[in-house]
Amino acid sequence: MNRYPLWKSVLIVLVVIVGAIYALPNLFGEIPAVQVAPIKAGAPWDAAPVEARIRETLASAHLEATGFERDPDGLRILFAETETQLKARDLIDAALNPDPKKPRYIVALNLLPGAPKWLLAIGAKPMYLGLDLRGGVHFLLEVDMAGAIAQRLDALAADIRSTLRSERIRSLGIARQGNTIVARFSDPTTAQQARTVLTKTFLELAIDLQENGDETRLIARLTPSAEQKIREFALKQNITTLHNRINELGVAEPVIQQQGANRIVVQLPGVQDVAKAKDILGRTATLEVRLVDDTPGALEAALAGRVPPGTELLTERNGRPILVKRDVVLTGERLTDAQPGFDSQTQEPAVHLTLDAAGARIFRDVTRENVGKRMAILLIDRGVAEVVTAPVIRTEIGGGRVQISGAMTTAEARDIALLLRAGSLAAPMRIVEERTIGPSLGKENIERGVNATLYGFLAIALFMIVYYEVIGIVSVVALFVNLVLLIALLSLLQATLTLPGIAAVALTLGMAIDANVLINERIREELRAGVSPQLAIAAGYDRAFDTILDSNVTSLIAGLALLIFGWGPVRGFAVVHVLGILTSIFSAVLVSRWLVNLIYGGNKRISRIRIG
Amino acid sequence: MELFRPRADIPFMRFAPIFNAISLLFFLVAVGSLIVRGLNLSIEFTGGTLVEIHSEQSITLPPLRETLVQNGFPEAQVQHFGSTKAAIVRLARHDELPPDEVADNLRALFAKHLPEITVTRVEFVGPQVGRELAENGAIALVLVVIGIMIYLAIRFEWRFSVAAIIANLHDVVIILGFFALFQWEFSLPVLAAVLAVLGYSVNETVVIFDRVREKMRASRGKVSTASLLDHAITSTMSRTVITHGSTLAMVLSILLFGGETLYYFALALTIGILFGIYSSIFVSSALLMWFGVTRESLIKPERKKEEAVV
Repeated sequence: MNRYPLWKSVLIVLVVIVGAIYALPNLFGEIPAVQVAPIKAGAPWDAAPVEARIRETLASAHLEATGFERDPDGLRILFAETETQLKARDLIDAALNPDPKKPRYIVALNLLPGAPKWLLAIGAKPMYLGLDLRGGVHFLLEVDMAGAIAQRLDALAADIRSTLRSERIRSLGIARQGNTIVARFSDPTTAQQARTVLTKTFLELAIDLQENGDETRLIARLTPSAEQKIREFALKQNITTLHNRINELGVAEPVIQQQGANRIVVQLPGVQDVAKAKDILGRTATLEVRLVDDTPGALEAALAGRVPPGTELLTERNGRPILVKRDVVLTGERLTDAQPGFDSQTQEPAVHLTLDAAGARIFRDVTRENVGKRMAILLIDRGVAEVVTAPVIRTEIGGGRVQISGAMTTAEARDIALLLRAGSLAAPMRIVEERTIGPSLGKENIERGVNATLYGFLAIALFMIVYYEVIGIVSVVALFVNLVLLIALLSLLQATLTLPGIAAVALTLGMAIDANVLINERIREELRAGVSPQLAIAAGYDRAFDTILDSNVTSLIAGLALLIFGWGPVRGFAVVHVLGILTSIFSAVLVSRWLVNLIYGGNKRISRIRIG
Repeated sequence: MELFRPRADIPFMRFAPIFNAISLLFFLVAVGSLIVRGLNLSIEFTGGTLVEIHSEQSITLPPLRETLVQNGFPEAQVQHFGSTKAAIVRLARHDELPPDEVADNLRALFAKHLPEITVTRVEFVGPQVGRELAENGAIALVLVVIGIMIYLAIRFEWRFSVAAIIANLHDVVIILGFFALFQWEFSLPVLAAVLAVLGYSVNETVVIFDRVREKMRASRGKVSTASLLDHAITSTMSRTVITHGSTLAMVLSILLFGGETLYYFALALTIGILFGIYSSIFVSSALLMWFGVTRESLIKPERKKEEAVV
């Protein structure tokens, strides 16, 4: 009677074994490594010479690497100690990026799981440690949505102005007032005419007509859906931009996530230089379109040190020098979108740009006057200008749709589009929360958390065994299985483990023992009432189950509320708490029963259970 | 080994008025300190800047405080953190000073007293975030209370639900009272601990109530409610002490070995667990008695699940 059917035993053993395997990687620790990758993600690169260069650099500094790993994403150099890793990073960075203003490679610190390859191959990874355990910087950035909308309205006001001008409708003035654009007209007929034109052109605006004494006003507002779109776009755009900028910081596993409607969380594990991180996050890159000076001999003169007046000597992305006029034709503010694509005729990879109305007009005029000349598109980043591309103007380009094509690969087209789009932030951001945790503090936190859990577990184990003897041992084994399963789940889900999370592991174990106490007390009670040992075991488990479920429901309610409203480290607490409640029901009821069955279930007529 | 095997029921309910008077006293002191002193909210809730500094030598606080006051940080707080070689400096929000400059500023200000300090942690929270966090915390608390009340009302009856929630909110208020009275820092993990306690100590009440209901139905109205409660509490004593003893062992382990960051979190749990036992036995059971719960009030929601375990 106290036997599980075979399938049940097999299932329990299987779950425990799988749990143990997935919990295993946490025992191996991490290997300090330096990661090297080209700064343009996805672009093809030749790792062999880079690796040779690194080996040479390390050898000359007498630093010993324990291994080299190469894959399409980059190159990883493994070290035995963190100290060597830190020294090596600086050396490699200096060797690969001789000009710190124009880095070509990202050289980042990384920690690789030390688990054997076969474990990693089946997706078994160690738990993902939160910043409070590994050290690093945490920022919470708030996107200024009012600013984004005001910017958009300003651009729209300019567009309205030029649309009315091209339709030859005279207005008394167009200006943004708060969240509206107000256009004034001298008579209702003109206003009505303007309204018809504008409603057709600007679908994102809701336009009202208002008679006001001797003038008529058109009041345009963004429709709610347009406003929503702007918000979403601003947030997405800013996240993209942050991604690009952080890439340059050389952070191995950055977290850049949306939080709520208008906030972005940025976590940079391992970064200690807050000032530099902030400088890069807050930086604004700008886009400029200028004409190229292709006067014969001018470039040669400039290279010889005699830069013609009104021009500037810059370099193209491929490293070739180029002479660009100082007059700015257009700036990035006029650019509304940039997408990679293909030339409709030649099928060559291309980048499609969309300009706003004012930008389109300027572009049309400039291209008409400069057919056959080259036009440079520049990205100005921290005061350094780089020519992204300098195509030849083949014909006058109107309508605000511009295509850049010629001599680029699909990947390059994608990169350029991204750069143009991400060059600047869609809306201003400010830091509303910031946290820096030193790496030693992180290590200390892990140690303390683990120690607290270990000592607490030992105390409970000792007491349970003394108090309940054999059944106590069963309870302790079940509790240990609970710990293993919880760690396995956390590793599998890659949920972020924080210090409060470790505390939740400890607390969950302390609370989980309740289920076994309930069962054991019930068995004792049955025995005391004169029930035979086998029956007492069965009755104890069966009757305790309801109460165990019951008592976990209230904890689950608290855990879920925390999960929904929790934030940062507390979320880590809630995740562990909720998962722990689930694993504890499994281990305290099924695993311990299986063990008891194994010990006492075989013999029908045992005279006594060792339950103290 | 067996620790608790009383032969007769212990007359807990006879002492109920005394214990409830004590409870009331605790409660009033807690509410009083909450009103008078208020919670010492961490910067997570209030917004501001926190800097943790470490030094090779032990840090004497008064000169540092003086330096801060003289340099335009009148409301700055300086405390030792863990040992005398570490300290935490809390500054109210200063818009004009970015957080990383605050760290540099402190280093410069303290240079006279402490030649070399390492800044291991800088936290900066904007006031808006803090307010939202406090709001979310309050919402979470209310949700837990409502959730538990609904659960208990379904599982038992409204009187049980109200008695349990009063008893357990009494625990929460007392924990908060301790934090207000001693001006311990009330941080986000402490809030998590408070909510965990709320979920956890309701268990205890549920176990006792389970037993009360079982006996009430079996008694056919011959036994008084008070002696039923005495019996229920006495027969669950063993489980109560062992379970809470185990949880307490774990929590004390966090308190002792978990370091400064988890100290107040564990402290809140310790207080919560101790008062949780107390309030389940004396407060919620006594309330149940005074609410006039009778056998009849339990007959209607007759359901299959009647077993009380332990």
